[in-house]
Amino acid sequence: MSIIIDVASGGVRGGTSILYAATGETISERAGVINLGTEGSMLAGALAAYMVSSQTGNPWLGVAVGAFAGALISSVHAVLVVKRKANQFASGLAVLFLSLGLTSLFGSSYVGKTITPFTVWDVPLLSDIPWIGPILFQQDPLVYLSYLVVPLVWFVLFRTRAGLLVRTAGERSEALTVHGFSVQRVRMAAVIAGGVLAGVGGAHLSIAYTNSWFENMVAGRGFIAVALVIFASWSPLKVFGGAYLFGAALSLGPALQARGYEINQFALHVIPFVLTLTVLAALGRRTISAAPAELKRVFENAPPDP
Amino acid sequence: MHNLTVRVAVAAMVGSATLALAACTAASDEPTTSAPSGVMEDAPGTGGTAIGFIMVGPKDDYGYNQAVYEGSQVIASEYPDLKVLTAENVPEDDTAVATMEQMIDRGAKIIFATSYGHLDAAVKVATAHPDVVVVQQGNTIAGAPLANMGTYFGTVYEPMYLAGIAAGEATESNKLGYVYAFPIPQTIANINAFERGAQSVNPDAETITVSTSSWCDPGAQKDAASSLLTQGVDVITQHQDCTKTVIDATEAAGAFTVGYHADASVLAPKGWLTGAVWDWPPLYKEIVENIVAGDFVGGPFNANYRVGYKTGTNPFVLAPYGPSVSDATKAAIDAAQAFLATPEGSPFAGPVLDQDGATVVDDGVVPTYEEVDGMNYFVDGVIGSLAN
Repeated sequence: MSIIIDVASGGVRGGTSILYAATGETISERAGVINLGTEGSMLAGALAAYMVSSQTGNPWLGVAVGAFAGALISSVHAVLVVKRKANQFASGLAVLFLSLGLTSLFGSSYVGKTITPFTVWDVPLLSDIPWIGPILFQQDPLVYLSYLVVPLVWFVLFRTRAGLLVRTAGERSEALTVHGFSVQRVRMAAVIAGGVLAGVGGAHLSIAYTNSWFENMVAGRGFIAVALVIFASWSPLKVFGGAYLFGAALSLGPALQARGYEINQFALHVIPFVLTLTVLAALGRRTISAAPAELKRVFENAPPDP
Repeated sequence: MHNLTVRVAVAAMVGSATLALAACTAASDEPTTSAPSGVMEDAPGTGGTAIGFIMVGPKDDYGYNQAVYEGSQVIASEYPDLKVLTAENVPEDDTAVATMEQMIDRGAKIIFATSYGHLDAAVKVATAHPDVVVVQQGNTIAGAPLANMGTYFGTVYEPMYLAGIAAGEATESNKLGYVYAFPIPQTIANINAFERGAQSVNPDAETITVSTSSWCDPGAQKDAASSLLTQGVDVITQHQDCTKTVIDATEAAGAFTVGYHADASVLAPKGWLTGAVWDWPPLYKEIVENIVAGDFVGGPFNANYRVGYKTGTNPFVLAPYGPSVSDATKAAIDAAQAFLATPEGSPFAGPVLDQDGATVVDDGVVPTYEEVDGMNYFVDGVIGSLAN
């Protein structure tokens, strides 16, 4: 298999958990709430999905419960930030540490358990297309689900009334109030929806990708997801590119090493982070101007609500 | 990046939770403990009511930490008078110092600091508490150790050499894969011994190395295993703290697994060959016996103690064989193990060439355990580069 196909298909596989989480974070940030607890929702999703798959033998049930667990964790952030007006950064980090502690505690007995995981399923016909087939259509069902979910999120955000409410909450929340909508409710819903997708991302990591549960196994992917949202200018469709780029950077190191290229391992393992930082720095000026107005106020330390 | 913060927080939470739980148990027990009689009261490590074990990862990781935990539980049953305190997920920084201090507060006079990176913390604790013996697993103290400190380890590369024989016999593609975390001397010796073992029965066998730069990142492990498998590698082994992900990926691809740390044959019923696994209880018992008898200072464990097939109870043993290992292969492994126990036996008995073809061990030379501990090169047949 050529190295390009190897790295690209690895990028799709490894990028999918980040893709889900970043898409969820896009919804949240579009409503004006940044959620650094995304990593925590992913951890909760990963563990819950693993537990349920292990107990029931049904990975779909695992994903459903993983999504619920992700939502549960993000709802803590939603309440703290939206209802209690807590600092968004502090709350996100607190929620992350809460999830990390809880999943370490409740997950320890699942470390050695085996599960029925999602397995790779080749899409008939499509998987035979040269290049495209092995990269996009020889994957697991949760990867295919993401091909549907991410465009769907784009559609809802930009083509439906519900999406308009979310974006208005993020751009000019007083306009919602004027028209008799509750800004708080819209934001709560957006943050929790973000947690659902982060939970699915975590589930992909544990029951489709690695078929394992270990404490802290998300290993920073949730933070990468938050960074990618900015890189993607708050657009779910651009998140595709960012997540796969990062996934490909992650799989580049092993692919080169397995082919015997002599490269310093420590240099290899900073590539994904250097790449992300470079892209962020290059796009910084342009993307910040695309940020939802209410989100800019968070960064400028202005009060989050009128 | 944030990983350090995360680990500290986890350890703080989990560590304190573990200790709190242990404290509850202790409170409900009858206070029957008393200092063993006939012991010099002032010898370091004597007169305690507890023994502490700190681990860098979870106690059920199918790996390094699980083996430590199982060893600690054997000590608990052998020494009913001593409360065995264990702490999981203790990071390799000052959190480890705090955790050990808490154990000392709870009556521990003997502490096993079981991760390579726990050495600095172990030295700090031993310096502050001359009455407590701290033994560290796997690292090496430079210069003369404190009177109440030592390090100990087995020679894991010996069983890895034997496992390499099984791998060299099993492979069809002559490509073996090795997923490792960091190029520490122990890992380098393992990789080299594995390749030497494979070469001893299959001169064409090569070992392709992929690093993950983490002791446990399942995502990175999956990437590593996948990239090896797509390159035609048909036997994979590893040096990671958590081993399940790589074994699972290897078995799913129909390739063979050589295990590490613990017998995980249940995860690979078809492809399991064998592996190097821990058997700590005999050595832990020797160490604890030596300390409670008051003999630690100046004894064999008050040093960088290394033990192998040649010198005694190697805490590394070969795991049970999988279904595909032939009787001929088993006989070859038995013969090799007998050879390793002889004075001239070593996976690195000369001549040994490095990757560039330069002679690193001359013909007829048998390196000592200490010399193998300091390896900083890959031998001929290993594919990959060491960061330097």
